[in-house]
Amino acid sequence: MPSISPQQLADVVAEAISAINAVTTGDELKQVRTQFVADGSPISLINATLRDVPADEKAEAGKIVGQARAEINQAFAAREAGILQSEEHARLLAESVDVTAVASRRRVGARHPLNLLMEEMSNIFVGMGWEVAEGPELENEWFNFDALNFDEDHPARAMQDTFFVEPVDRHLVLRTHTSPVQIRSLLSRELPVYVVAPGRVYRTDELDATHTPVFHQMEGIAIDKGLTMAHLKGTLEHLARAMFGDGAKIRLRPNYFPFTEPSAELDIWHPTFRGGARWIEWGGCGMVNPNVLRAAGIDPEEYQGFAFGMGIERTLMFRNDVADMHDMVEGDVRFSQQFGMVI
Amino acid sequence: MRIPASQLREWVDLPADVTPEHLHESLVSVGFEEEGVHPAEVSGPIVVGQVLEFTPEPQDNGKTIRWCQVRVAAGDSDDAIRGIVCGASNFEVGDKVVVTLPGSVLPGPFPIAARKTYGHVSDGMIASAKELGLGDEHNGILRLAELGLDPDVGTDAIELLGLDDFAVEINVTPDRGYAMSIRGVAREYAHATGVSFRDPAAAVNVAPASGFSVVVDDSAPIRGAVGCTGFVTRVVRGLDRSRPTPAWMLKRLALMGIRSISLPVDISNYVMMELGQPTHTYDLNKLSGGITVRRATGGEKITTLDEQVRTLSEEDLLITDESGPIGLAGVMGGATTEIDDTSTDVLIEAATFDPITIARTARRHKLPSEASKRFARGVDPLVSRAAAQRVVDLLVELAGGTADALGTDLVDFEPRPAIHLPADFTARLIGVDYTAAEIETVLSDIGATVEKAKDGWGVTPPSWRPDLVDAPGLAEEVARIHGYDRIPSAIPVAPPGRGLSRSQAARRRVAQVLAGAGLTEVLAYPFVATEQNQLFGSVDGSPVPEMTLANALDPSVAQLRRSLLPGILDVAKRNVARGLTSLALYEVGAVFQPAGATGSDSIPVGNERPDVATLDGLYASVPAQPWHVAALYLGPLTAKQPGQSAIASGLGDAVDTVHAIATAVGVDVVVRQGSHTAFHPGRCAEVFAGDTSVGFAGEILPSVAASLDLPRVVVALDLDLDALIAAAPDHVVATPVLVFPAATQDVSLVVDLGVPAEDLRIAIVDGAGELLESAHLVDDYRGAGLDENQKSLTLALRFRAADRTLTQQEATDAKLAGVAVAASRYNATIRE
Repeated sequence: MPSISPQQLADVVAEAISAINAVTTGDELKQVRTQFVADGSPISLINATLRDVPADEKAEAGKIVGQARAEINQAFAAREAGILQSEEHARLLAESVDVTAVASRRRVGARHPLNLLMEEMSNIFVGMGWEVAEGPELENEWFNFDALNFDEDHPARAMQDTFFVEPVDRHLVLRTHTSPVQIRSLLSRELPVYVVAPGRVYRTDELDATHTPVFHQMEGIAIDKGLTMAHLKGTLEHLARAMFGDGAKIRLRPNYFPFTEPSAELDIWHPTFRGGARWIEWGGCGMVNPNVLRAAGIDPEEYQGFAFGMGIERTLMFRNDVADMHDMVEGDVRFSQQFGMVI
Repeated sequence: MRIPASQLREWVDLPADVTPEHLHESLVSVGFEEEGVHPAEVSGPIVVGQVLEFTPEPQDNGKTIRWCQVRVAAGDSDDAIRGIVCGASNFEVGDKVVVTLPGSVLPGPFPIAARKTYGHVSDGMIASAKELGLGDEHNGILRLAELGLDPDVGTDAIELLGLDDFAVEINVTPDRGYAMSIRGVAREYAHATGVSFRDPAAAVNVAPASGFSVVVDDSAPIRGAVGCTGFVTRVVRGLDRSRPTPAWMLKRLALMGIRSISLPVDISNYVMMELGQPTHTYDLNKLSGGITVRRATGGEKITTLDEQVRTLSEEDLLITDESGPIGLAGVMGGATTEIDDTSTDVLIEAATFDPITIARTARRHKLPSEASKRFARGVDPLVSRAAAQRVVDLLVELAGGTADALGTDLVDFEPRPAIHLPADFTARLIGVDYTAAEIETVLSDIGATVEKAKDGWGVTPPSWRPDLVDAPGLAEEVARIHGYDRIPSAIPVAPPGRGLSRSQAARRRVAQVLAGAGLTEVLAYPFVATEQNQLFGSVDGSPVPEMTLANALDPSVAQLRRSLLPGILDVAKRNVARGLTSLALYEVGAVFQPAGATGSDSIPVGNERPDVATLDGLYASVPAQPWHVAALYLGPLTAKQPGQSAIASGLGDAVDTVHAIATAVGVDVVVRQGSHTAFHPGRCAEVFAGDTSVGFAGEILPSVAASLDLPRVVVALDLDLDALIAAAPDHVVATPVLVFPAATQDVSLVVDLGVPAEDLRIAIVDGAGELLESAHLVDDYRGAGLDENQKSLTLALRFRAADRTLTQQEATDAKLAGVAVAASRYNATIRE
């Protein structure tokens, strides 16, 4: 039985490694595996001869054959890893897509900015501990007018301003302001009351660039012991700054409303308004008229408070540069989609 | 209300160089909103000229122009005589006219230059009254003789005619009728600036008059108020009707927006603007006997001076003489006693009428005149004598009349009781510590009588301030006149709040989830047609109670919506018409669901809390208005793109949206095959929360979509959001998450076509017991191997036990238990 020749072994290893290193593809890799690594390859055949090696040489022969096999296996493993890596690299390259043109699978929606604005304003008051109150849009005249100190002969009660439903003598109107919610709140809540009432209101104005028969208001009322006009001013100032930033200012001008006395017009000033820094008429406010408190069964000698209100459409117009009322009421999706989820 | 600066200046000292900005700023500070400016817009040189000669020159266009030589200055200089082309023909040689020379500017603004026209260089223009801002008269040029003027040639016409005057326009709030006069505004200007005020009414020296019979006989006062509480008459005879209205009055009337009619009428209007008291001028010779003021009888008629025959209500207040009605009190005079061009003897009426009577009559007959506006807001009951006298004085001075001693002096005025103003009241309401002197000064300045009383003052408001009825009203005067700028800022501390209500929070989540799911929020008007309410607001198309607007802007949509669908479809239509054909829309809004009679026959008084029964009646009178949510899809969900064809929207989107809404609300819903007139009969899902139907989702009936010019497939839903929220549990009760391995099996069951997949699934769930963790439909097969009326539904089942790893046998046993229930309910058989 011939002993294993180191030279032969070295030749086998050299030939195998040279073949392995020449491999460039997965298929070639399989081929060299069969040829130089697997059963039946020269090195495995040499390995098989070990059983015939005399006992005293066996240890030495086993060692050198083992080293030779290990050399070949290592070279194969290294080459295999290299091939896999380059094949994966090539695959990734091949999988490249134009990310600017991937097919979209989902639509993007949008909130209506009027609702976003009402929610944002409500949040400011909720942050101050106020609550948000609501009431029906179709309302009994008593809540919309009488309880708010609108005399039965007040011009606002005429049919040229207010939508009535038939039969007219049943006293149902589409609310002309969210103030009936204030009355309902005073009637149903424990004092003190601090609520805002955002919502839809109606007046018989034809739709044009600055009017709409259906619009939105945010009103607020606070009834407590010891409230003064200074609290009204402070609250509105806080609202203005929370909405427009610390640069915002407000001013009050005398005015008249049946449900407040004193009454005031609220102007707001901000440097970023369209058309430059200027005063813009924002809403109305005042100290709640004692007759309104009486309508809710509250003693005006003990409690007093303030109320305010502003138009949401108007606010959106000067806050977000909306020029035409049509855009807010027509439901053209392009309008809301400018805002997305944020106003 | 428009206020000419020159007129204001008569009763308060204005700065010499007063500007509109200054007047507005001052008046705004005391509560008059700025409405506009009516500026002079006139600048010189504008002078008096005299026509020396003219040559008529017919033109090709049919007109005849006059080529005039006009002297515009004394002396011999070259430019003392100008050649001017004039299109008018109402003047003669020698007439004095107003010449606007090159460089001058007329209202428009309309700059004048020497220009070539009709073959001449016209070196200026001869002006008409309208061009000068002196009214509407534009039939020819202004001849100064018409105004009774004969000034020297070359006189500055701006100064002569007051052409540089301007007016500011302010909005007077309805509580302050006294400010519908220059007198009232001058007083307010004095409050704003601290200058002193000279009351024009106090300056009138009223002569006594009597002998003309006036009787007030009000048999039906409105709300307890007698219709007429004052009636002053005066007589002036021998008016020279050739006298013109002077330029200064014309200019002021024009600035105030009042058309010049004739000198007596202009005087009446002018005095109304000055003092706020409307007066009426009758032709004395057309009156028969004395005057009686009374209510009309039902059906009585009057011909007003606009030649309209008006049928009267029993609430209308009439001025009558022995011939019958001669005027609709405070609103409009009658035709029969109207002054005409030849009237020389006149009776002047300055009366005080009940504001509500006049307001109702003006509204009833749609006659919102300058007079009725003032009476409706309340005219100072003590100014009538002064106003009548002022008219008399002007008729004497300007119209050459003679004041007569004949007249009436009926003034019934009781000062109101003093209002108690506690010393600390103003500070407690306004938040400013005004001194006692500050409070007393303001109240005296506004014309009130202020007397010290226990703990404060007794304040009697002046006759012209009927709006001041309580302490807050007086406090407002103090705050207003000292300026709201003096009020400090303080933030009140509200008691701890609970944030948004459950319903508010749920509605917000729904809105956010839908926008996040790719839908765009819309806000449609709630006005619809009856057919729409019947189609969308009623499940089976039968008539439903609805609310009808009595005064709809568009009578074709006079109903209040019972469903959000008509509105959202209308919005979709508008978008599609604009080329936006891939839509996903939603709306959250109220619908109006009357059930039977609504409203209340009467309403309680406003200034006290109604008793419990009355209040409950008021609450119950208002129909239910639940919040709904609607959504709509049409066109592709996503458009065709590289590597991906368009994905059409369909019923699945509507049903998915239902589940998205339910998840946002936190309620479990079940979708069942449904039927609704607005939806495709085979593609309509009814949505249930528990046993309660909360709405429908489906494909809109194609014929309805077609009638709106929408594509055939439009899917939509309308759910009662309030009902969903009410059905949601207070909070979620969690179950533990099981972690032992699951066993999954599929099962295919053959059933009749009519068996809804969801019902079959529920049968499996019911039968399989608690080991079944989930079951969902993965296939619906029809065709080869099955009868025509059968289908095979495949469900993927996942089983899991809480305490062990399941064997396949356990899973199979559970599955077969489910199949057994399906078999008993729907004759389902396993498809091998």
